[in-house]
Amino acid sequence: MTSVDGPVLPKLIGERVKRREDPRLIQGQATYVDDIKLPGMLHLAFKRSDIAHGVIKSIDTSAAAAIEGVELVITGAELAEHLGPMPIGTPFPAPDHFSVATDKVRYVGEPVAVVVAEDRYIARDAADAIEVEYDELPAVVDPEAAMEAGSATLHEGFERNIAVESYWGGTGVNPETAQPEDDSAVDAAFAEADVVVSQRMMNQRLAPNAMEPRGVVAHYEPGREYLTVWSATQNPHILRTLVAAMMGLGEHQVRAVAPEVGGGFGCKINIYGEEYTAAALSRLVKAPVKWIEDRTEAFLTTTHGRDLLGYIDLAAKSDGTITGLKARIIADIGAYEVLLTAMIPTLTGLMMNGVYRLPVVRHELTEVFTNKTPTDAYRGAGRPEGLYFLERAVDMVARELDMDPAEVRRKNFVPADEFPFATQGGLVYDSGNYEPCLDKALEVADWQGMLAERDAARAEGRIVGVGLSFYVEVCGLGPSAVVPTGGWEHSGVTVERGGKVTATTGASPHGQGNETTFAQMLADHFSIPFEDITILHGDTGVVKQGIGTFGSRSQAVGGAALISAAGKAGDKMKQFAAAMMTDQEVSPEDLVFEDGRIQVEGAPEVSKTFAEVADFAYVPVPLPAGMEPGVSEESFFEPENNTYPFGCHISMVEVDRETGETKLLKLIAVDDCGNVINPLIVEGQVHGGLAQGIGQAMFEEVVYDEDGQPVTASFMDYVMPRAADLPVFELDRTVTPTPINPLGAKGVGEAGTIGSTPCVINAAVDALAPFGVTHIEMPLRPERMWRLINEGGQS
Amino acid sequence: MIPTAFEYRRAGSVAEALSLLQEGGPEAKLLAGGHSLIPMMKQRLAEPGLLIDIGGLDELRGIQETDGEIAIGAAMTHAEIAASDLLREQAPIVAETAAAIGDAQVRSRGTIGGSLAHADPGADLPAVMVALDATIALLGPNGERKVQAEDFFQDILTVDLGEDEIVTGVCFQACRSAAYAKLEQRASKFALVGVAAALTLDGGTCSSARVAVTGASSHAQRLSGVEGALAGASLPDGAASASAGAGDALDFVNEDLHGSEEYRRAMTAVFARRAIEAAAGRG
Ligand SMILES: Cc1cc2nc3c(=O)[nH]c(=O)nc-3n(C[C@H](O)[C@H](O)[C@H](O)COP(=O)(O)OP(=O)(O)OC[C@H]3O[C@@H](n4cnc5c(N)ncnc54)[C@H](O)[C@@H]3O)c2cc1C
Repeated sequence: MTSVDGPVLPKLIGERVKRREDPRLIQGQATYVDDIKLPGMLHLAFKRSDIAHGVIKSIDTSAAAAIEGVELVITGAELAEHLGPMPIGTPFPAPDHFSVATDKVRYVGEPVAVVVAEDRYIARDAADAIEVEYDELPAVVDPEAAMEAGSATLHEGFERNIAVESYWGGTGVNPETAQPEDDSAVDAAFAEADVVVSQRMMNQRLAPNAMEPRGVVAHYEPGREYLTVWSATQNPHILRTLVAAMMGLGEHQVRAVAPEVGGGFGCKINIYGEEYTAAALSRLVKAPVKWIEDRTEAFLTTTHGRDLLGYIDLAAKSDGTITGLKARIIADIGAYEVLLTAMIPTLTGLMMNGVYRLPVVRHELTEVFTNKTPTDAYRGAGRPEGLYFLERAVDMVARELDMDPAEVRRKNFVPADEFPFATQGGLVYDSGNYEPCLDKALEVADWQGMLAERDAARAEGRIVGVGLSFYVEVCGLGPSAVVPTGGWEHSGVTVERGGKVTATTGASPHGQGNETTFAQMLADHFSIPFEDITILHGDTGVVKQGIGTFGSRSQAVGGAALISAAGKAGDKMKQFAAAMMTDQEVSPEDLVFEDGRIQVEGAPEVSKTFAEVADFAYVPVPLPAGMEPGVSEESFFEPENNTYPFGCHISMVEVDRETGETKLLKLIAVDDCGNVINPLIVEGQVHGGLAQGIGQAMFEEVVYDEDGQPVTASFMDYVMPRAADLPVFELDRTVTPTPINPLGAKGVGEAGTIGSTPCVINAAVDALAPFGVTHIEMPLRPERMWRLINEGGQS
Repeated sequence: MIPTAFEYRRAGSVAEALSLLQEGGPEAKLLAGGHSLIPMMKQRLAEPGLLIDIGGLDELRGIQETDGEIAIGAAMTHAEIAASDLLREQAPIVAETAAAIGDAQVRSRGTIGGSLAHADPGADLPAVMVALDATIALLGPNGERKVQAEDFFQDILTVDLGEDEIVTGVCFQACRSAAYAKLEQRASKFALVGVAAALTLDGGTCSSARVAVTGASSHAQRLSGVEGALAGASLPDGAASASAGAGDALDFVNEDLHGSEEYRRAMTAVFARRAIEAAAGRG
């Protein structure tokens, strides 16, 4: 009989367990792509376009090729013999897009030729030595002007530069005709409204700025006909699929590895031309090749985010009841469609339902090509844009009616008993309970106190404002029907000898802390020490299958797959344990995991240790009838729906009357992401998201001049938020679990960027309201604020 | 972000640095903290063939006071200047300005000599040196030369410094009633507009003043209209009217994404007033 005095293992789910990733990350002991050095490795440098739009007349590579240490110089047209146009992941029509431009350049930074050389310095010198002549074309910079007849066009077959046009509205879309069924209801709602607010609003272009830029090492081994690609990517399995297809290989011939990845924020979902180029050139020169993006390249060529112009109209009754929404949205998607480009703006319209009952909606979306860097997902991806437009408009209704912005929102909430709730756009919100979240936020912030504080400050001549926003977002992407790559996630759980556990996840983390949260879940599941568990990820040679990490899916989908695999492994452990205890007539169903033992529930003395059972599993003598040795199980989890977390953010700002500088005094965020595995990590995600959302509201913007030249291509001009710019955040939460997965967890990776941006702008508009200001465009540049203070109106 | 190839030499003395400069000719560049030069090399905006590192030379180090005159060696870093008790006591404007440069990394590497020699239009210390009427000491093949700060700064990134000369240090009279106020360019933290004011006070009255602006124009320069208006003004009350026209008097004003000409002119008046008020508060 086993002794029952062993350590009691505390439950870890819900605990503030410190991230086990951090020591290696902050001590420089982690391996990023740039740390990978292979024998005989060569280096790539790209010659990039310095004009926004033009036809390539000639490329002279002779001087570059003559430099000692240069292996190969290849132009886009030559490379196209080895690499076809790049695949995209959306069903929309798209122009051909080659890894390296073949005949025309369409944005500053687009590659036109590649050098392979002995080291990075020689490669860069040679790239500089390439002479390119262009026939310059007029740059298309303004998306509205781009749609006018007579504008220069980027792509043949895309008249007026329009990539995608969509329209839906009324009370639904007729699936037969794809036409709105009862569009007249929208016009009627607006005609009957007591108040209509209309506003043109810009959701500016942003650069994601992951701390680690992109990078790739590709190694094609001709003898094995096998390609290994290391890349700073959010989704190595998708990388494997697409690189294999581009190289004419099968997935069995490609291994993709995402080593440590220093942030992605959506910009490392796309599989880029540099990744395909590295793979193709490794095969061509028969050597491993490496390319590491520099910061200038990151600004010019890594996908940008946002860049949506909205014409928003919101109708309401005089009591604040919202009666209709019209949104005409123009998305400036840049020069090409990459992996998810065209899909992101479609999420904006879908999420513009917000947390409200909206009787009628009309939504028009046009996606437009311009001579700028292509856009794709950026933290929040479509939701921040939609919620910004909506939450600004709701605030305008409150101001128009002189109502408390909190009360206008409360009045229009989808009530708790109406979940699951189907929106006009066809989404089904899984669960929600908005009023308690609003009440908690008002209480944590002391909303009435804040209003009094604002008024007192105003009486002293200070310029102070308060703002509020309430968001709902979509997480846990999410079922296969809506994700072109498949919407499932995969996990494997192996119980090792000695009772240790190795688990794999296809949700490849790049800052999310899955190694910690997933180990917490397994520690509780098996009731074994946290230290006895390793979570492996980011390597298709180790993790059998996977989709990746984006759309706040790693916990809600990846975590669910993990728990499912753990369930299977646990069942097998119990079968082995029961077999070891046949003399005590124990059946597997009676057994539970408790403090490192597998025991009869309530009878710790009838037990085996987890380690004993694990050892037995690998030397099962005698092998129990009908069983295979070992414990290594796997699961795919397919969610039946997305999850819809929500929250309320409140802020207070002060503006310097003389300079227009805005200071964020307070930010309160009450988020509801369902069940929380690790509050420390959830708060960390919220903090980072808030900084980025505040960054959009106050600091960041990618700016191009009228020739399509970027003017914010370095940190000397692109304003990143810094710690000193931010107040101490006050966080709290409500918990409304999701029924979509067994964990009840919804996802929280993007929440901070969604609620904070409109909340801060609402506060800024409130601050300047006494000057007659009704709207302020982002970011809150001091000069912009200074002009509004002096001139009033709108920016 | 990848510079062209260059040779690196660490000078053992100022004399050696001078002879290396002569040997190297136009290809040669002095390297101090590297926080202006190296970013330019990484962008290939500067492609020197030879770097002569003078950062650690003892001869260029030190902060001393003699008979009311303070001397700072060219290789003193912004962080060292910010931490100097002597400066905090006798010329607090210098320590405070150094403390407000860039961020901790920049302050730990960047030097006063480098900042003055480079003369970025948004650099902070040039305005302070002009307001303090500092003398900049230069050493070249023909010996030493001294230039008043207001003559040293000539145009954008242009100073009175020969290719074969080294800035060895600066000196100025101790002055407590001086202050610097700046509006930061939010990305770089350079001055969008920065104004330094050094006042001679007689009770609440200003008997004379030197006021200089940086960031607003091509180079640091005096705001003589403000100086004139301050003579005999009672402070702090007179600060606003004395500085009201400060920006309008500038010949050339920078304009970029972070601030239009109009805004910079307006901010010149605002920050002139703030600097004067702060300086008067020290009197
Ligand atoms: C991110 C960032 C933010 C910054 N923010 C600010 C700011 O807010 N305010 C501000 O004022 N500055 C700012 N700077 C600039 C910083 O102060 C620099 O360090 C300084 O301008 C140059 O000093 P250095 O010692 O680094 O010179 P270096 O970069 O080594 O040299 C600059 C130039 O001066 C020449 N030089 C250097 N020393 C001498 C000498 N003794 N004699 C002759 N020539 C010499 C060099 O040859 C070179 O041409 C910032 C820099 C960075 C990178």
